[in-house]
Amino acid sequence: MKSILRDTLSIREVTPLEALKKALDLSPKDLIEQIRESGLKGRGGAGFPTAVKWSLTAAAPGATKYLICNADEGEPGTFKDRDLLNHYADHVLTGMTMAGYAIGANSGILYLRQEYAFMRAMFEDEIQKRRQSSMLGANILGKSGFSFDITLRMGAGAYVCGEETALIESLEGNRGEPRNRPPFPVDTGYNDCPTSVNNVETLVWALCIIDKGAKWFKQYGTEKSPGLKLLSISGDCQKPGVYECAFGITVREMLEAVGAEDAKAVQIGGASGICVPAKEFGRKIAFEDISTGGSVITFGPNRDMLRVAKNFMEFFVEESCGQCTPCRVGNRKLLEGIEMLEKNECSIKYLKELKALGETMQIASKCGLGQTSPNAFLSIIEHFPHEIMGRHLS
Amino acid sequence: MLKTDFDRLRDQIESLARTYPKKRASLLPMLQEIQRVHGYISSHAMQVVADHLGIHPVEAYSVVTFYSFLNTAPKGRFVIRLCQTVSCDLKNKDAVARQLTNELGIEFGQITPDKRFSLEWTNCIGMCDMGPALLVNEQVFTHVTPTEVHAIIEGCRKVFGVHAQEIEKEHLI
Repeated sequence: MKSILRDTLSIREVTPLEALKKALDLSPKDLIEQIRESGLKGRGGAGFPTAVKWSLTAAAPGATKYLICNADEGEPGTFKDRDLLNHYADHVLTGMTMAGYAIGANSGILYLRQEYAFMRAMFEDEIQKRRQSSMLGANILGKSGFSFDITLRMGAGAYVCGEETALIESLEGNRGEPRNRPPFPVDTGYNDCPTSVNNVETLVWALCIIDKGAKWFKQYGTEKSPGLKLLSISGDCQKPGVYECAFGITVREMLEAVGAEDAKAVQIGGASGICVPAKEFGRKIAFEDISTGGSVITFGPNRDMLRVAKNFMEFFVEESCGQCTPCRVGNRKLLEGIEMLEKNECSIKYLKELKALGETMQIASKCGLGQTSPNAFLSIIEHFPHEIMGRHLS
Repeated sequence: MLKTDFDRLRDQIESLARTYPKKRASLLPMLQEIQRVHGYISSHAMQVVADHLGIHPVEAYSVVTFYSFLNTAPKGRFVIRLCQTVSCDLKNKDAVARQLTNELGIEFGQITPDKRFSLEWTNCIGMCDMGPALLVNEQVFTHVTPTEVHAIIEGCRKVFGVHAQEIEKEHLI
C-alpha cells in the first residue's frame, strides 16, 4: 500500500451538520457498530478500541452518563489537538455530540488545558451558538428524546491530567491523581457515573467515519492499526507541523517528507515514547510497532542525546503526581543518574542499576505516566552508549 | 490581614460562590476564578471556599498546590512563562531566556520589584512546531527571537502607561 503523509487533513471534507444528521439517522447501536467496523482505536496514545469503550459505557447501568473530550494535550511534542481545536472547533463539538448520542449521555465536558486558554472565549461562543441553532440542547436537530449539552472546563497545568482517571479526579475538584483501575470510567467515571473519556482526535475521526463510511477509513493503515492518524512533527526538520498519515508509514518515509533525512534519531510518542536511532528508521508507525499519540520530534546529526534525556527526565520529575513511589522517587534517581553521566561520574555498574530501576518503574508504577517515564532514558542509553559515557568535562 | 479586609474578601468570594453549584466539583472553577480576579489564592480565600463547600481548608490547599497555574502567593501583573521542553530547547530557548532575564533584571522564578512581571519556566505548551514559544498570561507568542523579547515586554508595559492598551496581537497564532 502506498504510504500517505500529507498536510491537508481529511476532516476538511466533512461538514459537521451533515455528519451529525447522518449519525442521528442511525440508532446508537448501529452508530457504534460502524465505529467498530472501522477499527478506530483511541488516538490519545493508549489505543483502546473506541467502539468497545462506547458500547461498555452505553451498556453500563445508570441514567446519567457523561462524555468527556480530553483536550488536555500535554505530551511534549504533541500539538495536533491544538490545530483541531483551533481550526475545527465545530467538528470537535459535533463529534462530542455524536459520541454523546452513541453512549446515551446528556452531558458533555470539554476539558481544555490551561495552556490553550487563548481558545476559551472562542469555545464559549461556539457552544452558545450551537445552543441557539439546535445543535445543542433538547431534541437536537429535531431528534426527539436526544438532549445534549456541553460544558467547558479548564485544566490548571498538570500533565498527568491527560490520564483519564486523573482528568476525572480533576473535574471532581481533587488533585489530579490517577485512580486504581478497575473500576474503569466506563462504569464508574465522573461522579461515579458511566463516562467515556475520548481524545479530541478520536472524536474527530469518529465523525469522519460516520460521514464517509467505515470502509473509507479502513482502506488506510495496517491490519492491526486501521485508518489515518495525525502526527505533530517538530524538532530539526524543514517542514514542522501537523500531518495526516496512514498507519504503517515507516519512520524514514516520514522524515523524507518533512525534510529531516539527516536526522540521527527521532523521539516518537513524546516524553513517554521511545527514541528511535537511525538504524531503525525502517520501523513503522503503528500500534503493533511504534505506537504514538502523535508526537514526533526529530534530532539532527549534532544533537546531544544526553541533553535530550535530561530534558525528558526533568519533565517527569516535575510532572509526577507523587502518589506512588516508583514514579515519584524513580524519576528523581534517573535524573540524578543523568547528572552523574554529564559529569562523567557514573560507573557502568551504576548505569546498569539505573536501567534495572527504569524497568522496575515500567511495571511497578500506578499509571501510564510512571510506566512510560523511563522509556526515553532507557532507549537513549541503549542506542547512544558512546555518547553518554566518557564525556569530556567542560 | 485586617479584619475588614478579610470580611471584604469573604463577601467577594461568597458572592462568587453563589454562581456555582454547592458541590466539590465546583472547587477548581472557583479557585480558578479567584486566581483570575486576585492573581493568587490566599490562605484566607482557601478558608472561605472550603467553608462554602463544607470541606477542610487543607483540601483546598492540596488542590491549589497541585496545579502549576494556581498559586498561593501574588505574582506579577504579567506572568511570562517560557517553554522549557525539548522542541523549544532545540530551537534555542536558552537565548530567549537569557534576554528575558537581561530585560527584566530578574532570574526565573522571581518577580520584578515593581510587581509587574513574573518570569517562569513552564513545560510543553503545545507550540512545538513554532518554538521557542512563551505565554504572557494567557497569550501565546511563537517563534520568539531574543531581539523580539524587548518588544513583547514593552507591549505589556503599555498597559501601565497613560494611554494603556492591550498588547499587540501580531504574534498570536
